[in-house]
Amino acid sequence: MENIKGEMLPVGTALVDSVLGYLVVFIGLALLMVVIILVGKIMVSRTRRSIEKTTAALASAPAAAAPAPVPQAEKKLAPGSAGEVKLYDTDPRDAAMIMAIVANRLQKPLNELRFVSIKEVKKDEV
Amino acid sequence: MSIFESLGKLVQESGFAMMFAGDGWKNLIMIIIACVLLYLGIKKEYEPLLMVGIATGCLLANVSALGGFSNALYHQELWDEFLTEGGPYAHSYGHIMANGGLIDILYMGVKAGIYPCLIFIGIGAMTDFGPLISNPKSLLLGAAAQFGVFFAFFGATLLGFNGNEAASIGIIGGADGPTAILTTTKLAPHLLGPIAVAAYSYMALIPMIQPPLMKALTTEKERKVKMEQLRVVSKTEKILFPIIVTIFVVLLLPSTAPLIGCLMFGNLLKETGVTERLSEVAQNALMNIVTLFLGLSVGATMVGSNFLSVQTIYIVVLGLIAFSFSTIGGLLVGKLMYRLSGGKINPLIGSAGVSAVPMAARVSQKVGQKENPSNFLLMHAMGPNVAGVIGSAIAAGFLMSVFG
Repeated sequence: MENIKGEMLPVGTALVDSVLGYLVVFIGLALLMVVIILVGKIMVSRTRRSIEKTTAALASAPAAAAPAPVPQAEKKLAPGSAGEVKLYDTDPRDAAMIMAIVANRLQKPLNELRFVSIKEVKKDEV
Repeated sequence: MSIFESLGKLVQESGFAMMFAGDGWKNLIMIIIACVLLYLGIKKEYEPLLMVGIATGCLLANVSALGGFSNALYHQELWDEFLTEGGPYAHSYGHIMANGGLIDILYMGVKAGIYPCLIFIGIGAMTDFGPLISNPKSLLLGAAAQFGVFFAFFGATLLGFNGNEAASIGIIGGADGPTAILTTTKLAPHLLGPIAVAAYSYMALIPMIQPPLMKALTTEKERKVKMEQLRVVSKTEKILFPIIVTIFVVLLLPSTAPLIGCLMFGNLLKETGVTERLSEVAQNALMNIVTLFLGLSVGATMVGSNFLSVQTIYIVVLGLIAFSFSTIGGLLVGKLMYRLSGGKINPLIGSAGVSAVPMAARVSQKVGQKENPSNFLLMHAMGPNVAGVIGSAIAAGFLMSVFG
């Protein structure tokens, strides 16, 4: 074919090219290996130094007294809520049930009712 | 014109009639070869993403060629004119655009070296270089496994191929399809079809080619070696790696710029963490679209007049030799590292230095686990495996700078 590029290579030249090519690949990747090892060492030592710094900072910090008790945030009420229902001797699950029954009996939605407190009436109090 | 004359003309102009006239029989053989390749791709799952495209490209080019010049999807004649130095249409893409078929237009992406580079962006975006960064000695195994490239190059010159052809055949040993395609397109475009088919076929056959060589060249004791766990690589190192490799390798061998530059660009997209969308596109949409175009257009170069020659048989044989000797090179340096490290490195990971990612690494894992079920070599083998991609790109760069 007319358009075939390239020349025939003498055996000696082909052998030299083969050896040279393999050496170029080897040397190129070996140099790259050295660069990556160096970068790796720098990164590892930086990480180690930053860990040591953090450890030292923690150790040198005054042995502070027990951390101050964190003030409990006031419980946030749900939007539209009329406040918390006070329960006396009543389990929250029972209270929820009672409120649902009351709403059902009154035929009114729960959000239109206001429960101030729920108290269990003992037998001897009747 | 009577109805019989019309029918007669239709029959004479049909592809079936052309099949038995002149060189039509060559196209017929290529149609059969295309069907065999389709079978291998679909049924045997030999690199199906590319093999199905290559086989279909081959089928379309040969079927449409039987329909005459004006109906053909791919025109070998146009590309011969394109490549004829000093001719009226030398390097004229305009001439191809004006007279070419669909696959001629798609093939311009191969000719200009665009598709292999775009595929490398996708490969970079899919590759984790972590195992290589944590064990940089893997690079030596990646270099050693390029032995087959230069061995086959030398063998090809002995068989009478010229320097450019021998370089293109040798690069099959790099076990890297896009690199083989780019090198062949630049150096010996008339051999693109057989070289691409050989490269992808042997990559698919790695699980059959490598294990016998691995067992023959290593002892049971060596195969049982358990390697230490790799160190964790920081994100900064992973970001710095593609930048360092691009600067270092391209300065060392400027002809590697298209391959290494695109590979590392894709990897940078993956590692930065701020270009996730681009990384995702590179890994999926871009990769799939380019694979589609690449397969079809490379397959189309397998027209009967070009493909059916003694050269194709030589290329297939030399390709197998290249693959085998690349594996041997990696294993021998793996054995050397085993000795030098006092038995800490399993030489089986050396065979993964042929790039074919991640197939070659999986083969190392499988062979190692067969000897010692509690052995996990996969991540250790991924280091040489991705180093092989860089190694084959450097080998290609060397060959392109010497013969290009």
